[in-house]
Amino acid sequence: MEKCVNIVGAGLSGLSAAITLAERGVCCNLISAQPSERAQSVLAEGGINAALDTMGESDTTKEHFADTMKGGCYLESESAVKNLTENAPFVVQKLFKLGTPFQHDGGRLILRNFGGQKKKRTAYAKSSTGKMIMTALIDEARRYEAQGLITRYPHHELISMKTTSGRLDSVTVRDTFTGELLSFSGCTILCTGGLNGFFEGVTTGTTQNTGSAAAIAFDSGAEFANLEFIQYHPTTVSISNKRMLVSEAARGEGGRLYIMKNGSPWYFMEEKYELGNLMPRDVVSREMFFVKNDPDCEGEVMLDMTSLDESVWRGKLSDLRAELISYLHIDPKNEPIAVSPGIHFFMGGIRVNDRHETNIGGLLAAGEAACKYHGANRLGGNSMLGAVFGGRVAAETAAEYAGGVTVTKPGGSADISSSPKLRAALRDTLLSGMGIVRDGASIEKMIGELEKMYSSDISRADKMRVNLALAMAMSAKVREESRGAHYRSDFPETRDEFKMLTAVRCENGVRRLTFEPADSWEGSV
Amino acid sequence: MRYLLKILRRERGSQESCFQSFYYETDSAAATVASALVYLNGLDELTDDGGRPARPIEWECSCLQKKCGACAMVINGRPRLACGALLSETKNGEVTVEPLRKFPVICDLVVDRSILFENLKTLRLWLRNDADMDERYQDIAYGASECIQCGCCLEVCPNFYAGGSFFGMATVPITTRLLAEMTPKEYAEIAKLYAKHTFAGCGKSLACKNVCPKGIDTEELLVNANALAIWKRRFK
Repeated sequence: MEKCVNIVGAGLSGLSAAITLAERGVCCNLISAQPSERAQSVLAEGGINAALDTMGESDTTKEHFADTMKGGCYLESESAVKNLTENAPFVVQKLFKLGTPFQHDGGRLILRNFGGQKKKRTAYAKSSTGKMIMTALIDEARRYEAQGLITRYPHHELISMKTTSGRLDSVTVRDTFTGELLSFSGCTILCTGGLNGFFEGVTTGTTQNTGSAAAIAFDSGAEFANLEFIQYHPTTVSISNKRMLVSEAARGEGGRLYIMKNGSPWYFMEEKYELGNLMPRDVVSREMFFVKNDPDCEGEVMLDMTSLDESVWRGKLSDLRAELISYLHIDPKNEPIAVSPGIHFFMGGIRVNDRHETNIGGLLAAGEAACKYHGANRLGGNSMLGAVFGGRVAAETAAEYAGGVTVTKPGGSADISSSPKLRAALRDTLLSGMGIVRDGASIEKMIGELEKMYSSDISRADKMRVNLALAMAMSAKVREESRGAHYRSDFPETRDEFKMLTAVRCENGVRRLTFEPADSWEGSV
Repeated sequence: MRYLLKILRRERGSQESCFQSFYYETDSAAATVASALVYLNGLDELTDDGGRPARPIEWECSCLQKKCGACAMVINGRPRLACGALLSETKNGEVTVEPLRKFPVICDLVVDRSILFENLKTLRLWLRNDADMDERYQDIAYGASECIQCGCCLEVCPNFYAGGSFFGMATVPITTRLLAEMTPKEYAEIAKLYAKHTFAGCGKSLACKNVCPKGIDTEELLVNANALAIWKRRFK
């Protein structure tokens, strides 16, 4: 039987996995609720990190490794981050060879500054880097679609997973056009993104990123890790039904944060930190929280880009400017804009080893769906790198042992009903305990409310969602320290004994949480 | 302000559509057609303007900020992204919302745009070797890569119909990116298919020129694609 792998999700990590498999002559079924053009990856803005050392700063992959580990507060697997950062130049060069219109000068990639890194290391295409990379990968995938190596199922959502004795039997998806169900046996890679849908309407992500695939995986026994680490991006603005990201590139290119204090602008980040406005995102968001609550300060935190050169606006941030004018009716070239932190990325996810295997045999995960490279706080520019590289590694692993895939039509229909009211209540409850600054009492209260929700009369899909939300809340509760994006006002110090992953899984309806070493593990394939 | 949304609806599997109207009240000047649809579907029990119960309105959306093309639909007679269509722009508070008309309707505002992607495959649009990255064409490649495959340009095209041999403007951005990044020898096949499926069928009405939600200058794209693929010159 022909070797074949199922990939659920057709964003950056899914496409990367599909192309990697096709390059090796392995077929895949590329399953997604929407075509790749609509994936959340197209929203990624500022760039992708690699120590290409093209800017005369003697950058090295070792420094990229060190910055990533430090930014993530040492909660990543060292070996995985080493793989990631050593391969980053290859990954970015490959994307360039696939025609991503990165800024370059005669083939030499131009790099920009990004948070948590002293050296210029971020390759970019204005502030639409995700869209540009996605276009190149979609075009490359098309080559293999024409050859029959990639078969797309582009309006199909995951509705269930079946496992036996810790091994994946099949995944079942629903054709959203016809309602028909399809079951795919065989090895499967989940590339389904983060948990934006748990915070409906208040993240920078897409509405398609519902978190339901993660909830299904958790319900099926997949182990999750580090769910308490949620990245609040410092510079977001509110638009209708979501937060809109103002790329970190705005600060990378010279934008400054301030708040009015005693009648004058206070550039608090520059005053407090050597890296100023380009500290890692957890630090910036937390400082913004504190100054906003400082009685000597007034008004909103402002992002001032008015001193940026005309050439920067024209060549590097023209798209960002157009977007702000379009949605806020403010020209950032002429006046500062009010910004506030918004939920942007989930460092936690399905726990995978360095080969991207999960605890369920035959199930792998990559991209934001997986917990691997970003520890307690992800550096800007590392998400697309982690997605492309992770997708590649997962595919290489899957290619080793993939067998055939059988597609069957189980018949019947699926109960996928979900209550908007429940989702709104879930969001509000999670926000009450999973903010930028947390404490034991509010976490306890959140858990109590979630448990009430869990035992109420709600649909199966909503119950699975609340189950995973409870796992997230439990993870926040047991981490009695402050590290990265998890800041506890009742435990403000980082404690060595917590330099561990919070790993949680659901067995026979019971959630079990343990602390596990951050280093790699065997997996169970 | 109270808006009245007149939505063209259709049951799954049916061939018949009819309008159903809904009120949406908001004080926000930033509210869009997408905001209204999100709000209406978020209600516990949706009712129409006559207070009759209605099932949720099916529509596609993803990014809600004009970057993904999912929510393309016909709004007050014009193809637009629902997330970019401000309600405050409407006259007398009435908005007509219909599905794109060039694609088969699945349900309500959801259409099957598979043909967009099939056509790209038929045109064999992919690189043959590593990209030839000439920085003189970087802006052209960047601009062309902005296309979100929403289908708005096809809605207004007098020559395009789904399944026809003319593929319309939606294939031109990707064609242009690839032409910009390939050598003439490499793109010979793409140029030939472009001549057959785009150049030959385009009536040059340029109806597509002002509808692109991304603001892509379709005329310039055509000029550039024609220069390379048809007239064997370099970009202008």
